This record gives sequence, C-alpha cells and structure tokens, in this order.
Amino acid sequence: MVEASLAAPPLAAKPTLVELQGVNKTFANGTVALENLNLAVGEHAFISLLGPSGCGKSTALRIVAGLAGASAGRIVWNGNVEIGDIGFVFQEPTLMPWATAFDNVYLPLRLQRMSRGAVEERVLEALDLVGLVDFAKAYPRELSGGMKMRVSIARALVTRPKVLLMDEPFAALDEITRFKLNNDLLDLWRSRRFTVVFVTHSVFESVYLSERILVMATRPGRVVDEIDVTAPYPRDDAFRTSQAYNDWCRLASAALKRAMGEA
Amino acid sequence: MSSAIARAAVRGRHGAQDSPMADARERQSHRDRLLRWGAPVLIAGLALIAWELVVWWNQIPHYILPSPSLVLQSLVRDWGTLSASLLMTLQITFLALAVAIVGGVGLAVLFSLSKWVEFSLFPFAVVLQVTPIVAIAPLILIYVDSTYAALLICAWIVAFFPILANTTLGLNSADHNLQSLFELYGATRWQTMRFLRLPAAMPYFLGGLKIAGGLALIGAIVAEFAAGTAGAGSGLAYRILEAGYRLNIPRMFAALLLISLTGIAIFLTLSLLSHLLLRKWHESALEREK
Repeated sequence: MVEASLAAPPLAAKPTLVELQGVNKTFANGTVALENLNLAVGEHAFISLLGPSGCGKSTALRIVAGLAGASAGRIVWNGNVEIGDIGFVFQEPTLMPWATAFDNVYLPLRLQRMSRGAVEERVLEALDLVGLVDFAKAYPRELSGGMKMRVSIARALVTRPKVLLMDEPFAALDEITRFKLNNDLLDLWRSRRFTVVFVTHSVFESVYLSERILVMATRPGRVVDEIDVTAPYPRDDAFRTSQAYNDWCRLASAALKRAMGEA
Repeated sequence: MSSAIARAAVRGRHGAQDSPMADARERQSHRDRLLRWGAPVLIAGLALIAWELVVWWNQIPHYILPSPSLVLQSLVRDWGTLSASLLMTLQITFLALAVAIVGGVGLAVLFSLSKWVEFSLFPFAVVLQVTPIVAIAPLILIYVDSTYAALLICAWIVAFFPILANTTLGLNSADHNLQSLFELYGATRWQTMRFLRLPAAMPYFLGGLKIAGGLALIGAIVAEFAAGTAGAGSGLAYRILEAGYRLNIPRMFAALLLISLTGIAIFLTLSLLSHLLLRKWHESALEREK
C-alpha cells in the first residue's frame, strides 16, 4: 500500500456499498482472470481500477454488475440491490442504431414496463443532465462520438442508480472531448451523489477523476496497490496543470510500473 | 502589372466559385440519374432495333425467331389468356413468399431461442435447400392432390431457406454489450427478442427477402414446368410449354417477357421496401458523406 507522501487528511470513512471478498474467476478455457480479488467500494465514492490490458479489470466490473459469475468468493452488497440500482457504461456507446436518443435512454425504463408517457419527463431530464435534450429525436448516426457517449451515460443515469460502473468509457474519444466529459462526469457525480467504479488504463484519467485508485496486476488479475488521491474537489483544468496533479501521476505511474513488473 | 492582373483573375475565379460549384454538382447528380436510367434503356432499344432488323433482313421465319414487334403483337392479342396465367403465377409466387416469411422468421426465432430446436431441425432445412426443386417437384405433384397446393409447396421450399438462414444470422448478431445491458435491466426473453434481436435482424431479413422474392418466382415457374409436362397447370410456365407444343414461338417470348418483368418488379419492390425500412439508421441505406 502506497501511503501518499503528499499526505493529506485521510478520507472520511464512507459506509461500504459493495465489497468483493476473495473473488476468483477462471474462464472455461482455464485462464485465471482474477485471483483473490478483494475490494471495497464506499457509498458515494469515486474509485478507479487502473491496470494494463488483460488484468481482469473489466471482468471485475462485470462481476460487480452481476453480468458474470465469480468462480469463488463473495460479492456483498450493503442492502438490497434492485434492477436499476446499477448503471453500466461500456467502452463503446453501445446504442441501438435503429432507435432515437430518446428511445435509447428510455430503454431501461421500458424494460421495466413503464409507459413512455409516464416517464417522458424522466428521460428528457436524463438527456438534459448530459446536455443533449435538444437531440432527443436524433438517431445515433447523426451524433458525434462524444455525444453518443453522453447518450450512453444518460441511459445509465435514467434509473437513478446507486452505482455507475464504467468500463473505459472515454478511451475511444479524442482528448478534447475526453477532458470535457471528465469534467462533466465529475459534476454529475458531485451533484447526483452516486458511486462510480471507473475502469481505465490511463494513469492521468484515474488521477484526475478518482478519490481512490486500485492498481491491478495481470495474470492473474489482483489488486496490488491502493492510492488515495486526496486532492480536493472540485477538480478542474487548473488541477490538470498543477504540480500536485503531476506528483499524483508520478506516484500512480510508479505503482503501475511495479504492478506490471510483478506480472 | 501583369502579376496584378493574374491575381485579380484568380480572385475573380475564387469569388465566383461558390454557386457555380454547387450548380455543377447539381448538374452532375442530374446527369448521373439520367445516365443510370437512360443508358440501359438506350442499349435495350438499340438491341431491339438490331433484333428487328436481323429478323427482317434475313427473313427468319417467326417459328424460329419472332421479331420484337411480333412478340408485342402476340402479347396484345393473347392478353386475355396471358394475363390470367400471369395472375395465377403471381398468386402462387406471393402466397409462397408470404408463407416463407412467416415460416422462415418463425423458425429462425425458435432456433435462436432454443439450441435444441436448431440442432434438430436445421439439417432438414439444409436438405430441403440443396435438393434441386426440379428433381422433387414431380414427386410432390404425385403426392399432393391439388396442383395449386403442389406448386405452392415447391415455390415455398426454395423461397424459405434464404429467409430462415439470414434471419437466424441476424438474430444472433445483436451487439453483445447490448445483450449484457438487457440482462442488467432484467429483460425477459421476449423483451430481448422484441426490442433487440428482431430489430438487429431486420437488415439481414430484408437481404434474405430480396433473394427469396426472386426464388419464389423461379420456384413457381419450375414447379409448373414439372406440372405442365404432366398436363396440368394454367400459369405462365404452362403457357410457354403449350405455345412450344404448338410452335407458337411469339407467344413463348411474350410469356417469357412477362416472367422477366414480374421478377424485375418483385426485386424493385423489395429493394424499395428495404430502403424505406432502413433509411433512418442502417449503413446500407445511407448516403456516404463525401
């Protein structure tokens, strides 16, 4: 565990929302994706899983979402999790090309048999959160890459989830768009008070966004380091150019390098 | 001095660039459209004229090669018989296509819901597909009492497979992450089918439909040839056989012409349908940005 040499006051302990205890995942072909993975996610926390590709961070996220089963270990939620409590954002926008932005965002509610009329406000509000309310009637092909990702985020938020699981959501976007979406995500996180588990392979992105970075090593995937980024929020473009940001990045890079050396 | 003039000339050209360019593009696309329809029509016209001249020049007897004008005359004169036959062939074709759509899509949905059903039935669908329809049509005509039903079965057999195969492929090609998302939100099987897999299969289905439309016509004609040699039938294929026996070659050509026109009409109709259904979202129906 790397204790921040830039020691700031420790994070106020947040009640745990979900915890993975000794989770193993072995695929049918014998590949050990995760071994003895332990991690705890506090309520309203912003946590990044940082690691090289193939370290099982996406698998861990899918296990938390219940989209993949663990071969061993437990996933413990604090309280009930109902459908809609978990939002998921993929690396690709993953929109239905035949449906408008509105219908794409409406999907999670539609699957819970809520009528369009009854939830129209909610859908438009979600689109408004990501600044796309004017594009409700647009088809995905009419939107830019960044806008499609915003629709994807709106879709994840429309159910007012407790936790937002994001699997390298901005990796395919250009840098300017990525910075903008980073800021927008932080604003949403601070105003809507949900929890974020953010998978990324970018040191810079993980430092900029998260309160805590879990560094993962590969083969088998496991958490080898935890870094608490105690820099205060709101973080903005000034933070991105600050010395402190630089120092955190250097710290995280070193941890990542160690993790990869161990592999 | 001369360079100043040159610059002015350049500026003049640039300044006036906007609207002539747009005009030129407009004219270009207009020319393209004209070419697209005009060129084939022109070629066909020239070929017909050449045909007419060759027949006339060499005095080829009409029972060997009738001139286009004679074919047209025959078409008009025999319209009563021919149109009744055309109607019959159209009926069989479209009925077979309709049953193929219902059966093909229905079976594809079943296949995608249950591996068991797919593994047990798919080989038989392949057997139906690879057996030449000419070879089994006589058998079907023996075992099925009504000629009409027999023709329908034959046309259905050939039209059904492309729809089944394409729709099955389409249903299985829904984006995996979207499938995960549906799972995350607790979608039922039926919801996943209705909101994800069926829409995702639409372009594949329409591709299969385009092939099946042509095949249904071919199936109807081929089966009727088999039936016609047995003396039963009243569709266009039967008219061709009958005219052949009577050495009425112009009428053979007239019937052939009707079959071709029907095939073209089916293809164009299905292409239009496909375009209308996909134009909002699918790459195949979108203009490429230039």
